[in-house]
Amino acid sequence: MKAYETYLLDRAKVEGNHQLATYRRLGGYKALEKVLKGGLTPAQVVDEVKRSGLRGRGGAGFSTGMKWSFMPDVAKDPRPRYLAINADESEPGTCKDRVLMERDPHGLVEGSLIAAYAIQAKAVYIYVRGEYRLPHDRVAAAIQEARAAQLVGQHILGSDFSCEVFMHKGAGAYICGEETGLMESLEGKRGHPRQKPPFPAQSGLWNSPTTVNNVETVFNAPFIVERGAAWHAAIGTANSKGNFLCGISGHVNRPGVYELPFGVTAREILEDKAGGVWKGRQLKAWFPGGSSCALLKGADIDVVLDHDSLRARGSSLGTAAMIMMDDQTSMARVMEVIARFYEHESCGQCSQCREGTQWLSQIFHRIAHGRGQADDIDTLESLAKGMAPGKTICALSDAAAIPTLSAVRLFKDELIACIREQRDPLAAPAPKYATVGAH
Amino acid sequence: MALPKQLVDEFDELVKNYPERRAALIVALHRCQEELGGWISPQTMEDLGAYFGLEPVEVFGVASFYPMFHLRPVGKHVVSICHNISCDLRGAQDIIAKVCEVTGAPLGGTSKDGQWTVKHVECQGACANAPMLDLDGTYHEDLTPEKVAQLLGAVR
Repeated sequence: MKAYETYLLDRAKVEGNHQLATYRRLGGYKALEKVLKGGLTPAQVVDEVKRSGLRGRGGAGFSTGMKWSFMPDVAKDPRPRYLAINADESEPGTCKDRVLMERDPHGLVEGSLIAAYAIQAKAVYIYVRGEYRLPHDRVAAAIQEARAAQLVGQHILGSDFSCEVFMHKGAGAYICGEETGLMESLEGKRGHPRQKPPFPAQSGLWNSPTTVNNVETVFNAPFIVERGAAWHAAIGTANSKGNFLCGISGHVNRPGVYELPFGVTAREILEDKAGGVWKGRQLKAWFPGGSSCALLKGADIDVVLDHDSLRARGSSLGTAAMIMMDDQTSMARVMEVIARFYEHESCGQCSQCREGTQWLSQIFHRIAHGRGQADDIDTLESLAKGMAPGKTICALSDAAAIPTLSAVRLFKDELIACIREQRDPLAAPAPKYATVGAH
Repeated sequence: MALPKQLVDEFDELVKNYPERRAALIVALHRCQEELGGWISPQTMEDLGAYFGLEPVEVFGVASFYPMFHLRPVGKHVVSICHNISCDLRGAQDIIAKVCEVTGAPLGGTSKDGQWTVKHVECQGACANAPMLDLDGTYHEDLTPEKVAQLLGAVR
């Protein structure tokens, strides 16, 4: 791998960086100062981020500056405006935002404030998944420190800009990572996604203009403001700019969260960072960006890990969470686990998703446990095609259908063998324990 | 019965963070579960309903949607084991089996002595340190069955 400049995780490696004094010593809050004291207008910040080529890091990869520019004109729309930070990180394989919140919480607060200034929000709500106690407490403490230092609240750094930052806890529902589900949950309701339009920028939290950004996305904003759009746009590939955080998990020697520039190949990440496939085995399959994207075969490992290259292979970058599977992995088992997850997490509003995820889960379960039926592969395929694309209120149904279709396409022979032999030849021995309630 | 004064005072502050009081409901449910015996009892739902101006069934509707809320009593300690893909690939099933063996609780239930509730949960965002479990709100990562036995053995 070629040498490259890092910035996203540099401070996170410094002991005590979660405290304001250290963060400031490392140059923290300089970007916010540049914005508020240097006379940058909100429109200029939006423009800078637009030109930087920054794309959302929560999975969809939408242009961040573009998203900010969708907020209505302040002069024509008197409603309060909100920024919601999506820290609900729950896409299987994804564990990057946690690192930022635990080790660089002020970086998130500063990034949130710059984003809030750009969209002229009066308040930021950081929606953290309930299980993330330490990340929550670290960010909450950072907000308190920042408030005491006049970095949060009224007249930040003596400027005309005032903005509150609040922590908010989720309670274990994957669907609340979907932006409209998140907003419902933030309003104290079940996390049922909303029909779009209206989009959050038109009518989001409490019917007000709202932007929802991922943690890593806004975390990038101070770097872009300080070093300039051109600096950021010079890193990466044609349509994927800057460095990104990649979580790599599963059957590798050194699973971890690594900072990489767009342009590196998946093989470089696997071999140079993660130390290769464990136990001297070969790579059989992998998810490039969480379990909601299409599986790829081990032979596809030389692909560049960016938006365009993965789309060209029929998959997507998602959250850049690589999940690696060695040559002894049962794909029936992998899909059983993943289908069970989507079944559990479907909010139940749309019948395609509510029923479809249950059927996918049942069918993969029986295939993995030696009870597959002759027409199960066809049924999986027709079910998945009935669930996506774009047939439901949100994309959870798609997220269940996409890996299913890829598994059926890439590992059909293996699944058929499980059905024919009425056993899974690659099944690991199942340890025994008593269970009560649902599977 | 009503909510303890200490919680009411806390919620009175909390609701100021939002333009509508109800937004604080999920955070309030967390606090009730922490302070009032580890679960959300029907009484708690009535009390929260009264506080927020909601029917108890609306509180139930929210509480029952979120897997972190226990709607039945739990043991003194709660062990939540991730069984999603990154953990499954690195031996989550062996971790579940070991936890059940050491605690005497079935998966999804509580041990007879009332000490332990064991449950499986979906991805906890600890994928690069799989397999993992959460013991009473603290993550324990890079587990092996041996480490689990040691960890839980030290709790009693």
